[in-house]
Amino acid sequence: MAQIIIKNVRKEFGDFTAVKESSFTIEDGEFFMLLGPSGCGKTTTLRMIAGLELPTSGKIYLDGEEISQKPPSQRDIAFVFQMFALYPHMNVRKNLSYPLVSQGMARRDVKAKVEEVAGILGITDILNKPVGGLSGGDRQRVALGRAIVRDPKAFMMDEPLGALDAEFREHMSEELRALHDRMGATTVYVTHDQLEAMQMGDKIVVMNNAVVEQFGTPQEIYDKPATMFVADFIGSPSMNFLDFSGKVADGATSVDLGGQAHGIPRQMQGASGDLVFGVRPEHIKLSDDGAYRGEILATEYLGTTQIITLDTPNGEAKARIDSAQVAKVGEKVGLSFEAPKVTLFDRAGGQALRSELNDGVLSNG
Amino acid sequence: MSSFSVTEPTKRTKWFAGTMVIVYALITMLPLAWIMMTGFKSPADAISYPPKVVFEPTLEGYVNLFTTRTRQTEEFLAANPPETWYEEIVREYDMVIAGPSKFGERFLNSVIIGFGSTFLSIVLGTLAAYAFSRFKIPLADDLLFFILSTRMMPPIAVAIPIFLMYRQLGLSDTHLGMILLYTAVNISLAVWLLKGFIDEIPREYEEAALIDGYTRFQAFYKVVLPQAATGIASTAIFCLIFAWNEYAFAVLLTSGTAQTAPPFIPTIIGVGGLDWPAVAAGATIFLLPVMIFTILLRKHLLRGITFGAVRK
Repeated sequence: MAQIIIKNVRKEFGDFTAVKESSFTIEDGEFFMLLGPSGCGKTTTLRMIAGLELPTSGKIYLDGEEISQKPPSQRDIAFVFQMFALYPHMNVRKNLSYPLVSQGMARRDVKAKVEEVAGILGITDILNKPVGGLSGGDRQRVALGRAIVRDPKAFMMDEPLGALDAEFREHMSEELRALHDRMGATTVYVTHDQLEAMQMGDKIVVMNNAVVEQFGTPQEIYDKPATMFVADFIGSPSMNFLDFSGKVADGATSVDLGGQAHGIPRQMQGASGDLVFGVRPEHIKLSDDGAYRGEILATEYLGTTQIITLDTPNGEAKARIDSAQVAKVGEKVGLSFEAPKVTLFDRAGGQALRSELNDGVLSNG
Repeated sequence: MSSFSVTEPTKRTKWFAGTMVIVYALITMLPLAWIMMTGFKSPADAISYPPKVVFEPTLEGYVNLFTTRTRQTEEFLAANPPETWYEEIVREYDMVIAGPSKFGERFLNSVIIGFGSTFLSIVLGTLAAYAFSRFKIPLADDLLFFILSTRMMPPIAVAIPIFLMYRQLGLSDTHLGMILLYTAVNISLAVWLLKGFIDEIPREYEEAALIDGYTRFQAFYKVVLPQAATGIASTAIFCLIFAWNEYAFAVLLTSGTAQTAPPFIPTIIGVGGLDWPAVAAGATIFLLPVMIFTILLRKHLLRGITFGAVRK
């Protein structure tokens, strides 16, 4: 059980920089998600914590101890691989015993510990089977078992659900989360699936192009995105970006969009030029009398809600509205936005402008 | 209506393919069968024309292979009746067994040198292949090409320099010298074949072992080696077959102590006329170890030959 601090960690492979100076802290017992598109450096970061890669520069602290240049065997960290990497020439029991045998644990203790872990994971009946014939879920459980069997300080998981089919993923992610809650061990989990990250994580780091874009709780990341990338990556459908140019003063509470004034959270930073009005689909309301109007281009029925694609004076936008509300393609409707939930971005840099909404969150990134 | 399938061969195709395989196997096995038969023929049957397919089998060839014999006077023969079945065979020609021949020794040399060099090639080859496969080695591609380039000419092309070098170093006619020579020839093959096999083993297995608290070397021999067993087995067969059958260097560099079976077998011809059954017996026994080794590792060999052809 331990706190992990990543401090200015950088990793280069030859000319390629996989991770640029990144810093964040993983608190003891946290279920921590490293989220980002493929190639963003999240797996490299995870492997550096585990010791499978050594950082080019920067420090990693585990439980207060600097470990960045130590071999993995001296870190007391367990790792669950995407393809599970069960030792194919051993049966389930041997796979589970392997980490204990390396510590020189007595045979009887190994047996007892393996039985205990097998009990927790519900794999007692397959202990003597070869790993080759196991189903995806059982392989996953054995891989987890191999990780938890020696009570490590922290768990690293590299897209552990990536190799499972969709139906089983849901089930396994619940099992994983329950297991974490039971063990209370610090867990770092890599995924490219934003839904998975939101569902399971206590905290999320969003990475893109070797850079940490934002770091915070799922709510913070969803409600108060620090960059346009995060706003776009998280949420489905993603945040709407309505382009406009103009000037926003420090302290402003509204902005001019398509000739209409729209409320925004009180700004704490002035900006001018090409700006973006960012609003989540569920924060767009359709009303007949609104002065700011858009044409309905398409509707998608999703059960309780529906997604409406709109053509607005500032570009295309999607709104999530109640499915009971009538929306016909071709109709022109008035639009209004929930002012306190709006985030303004600088178009060129993609950074969110500081406001009452996101103040205090941006400094984390 | 008959359905047509791209992957499933029709009955007629199967029948045709089966026949072709059997015919081919018969053609390739004919010389082998002929040698084995000749080993059990009497010298007269062995050279009869037209060749005899049905004959009375005798162990004469094998007795002659393993013994040296001398002709004796009738008085001596009468005074010393034959005691064993093999002496009886020799008596038919008025001869007695003077002692064992050198074949046993030469055969043992072949075993020591063949298996010794195979073992060394595999050990060095596996380590080198692992290094090339897993570590960032400066100029790795050039080094691999350099290793392969040692195979680009027939080894015998450098026979004279090797002969002179071995004479200077005192390696001529020694087991060590022959083991080193065959290892040097085989190692490039071993490195290249084994690198292919090790490349196919996911790195995650070793990484899992590293995480589980093992050192890099422990991970190598506890996790990688069992995974590479197939590749190692088929590479070992290739190495053994080369070292076992090698003739030219054996003739050139060995004469006594370290002489292997291939240069020895032809010398039987010179002892007491053209003793074809003895030569055939020698060839048959010589074939056995490689045959047994290959049959034991046959499954691995098949996979070894086709490896990399299909992506999993």
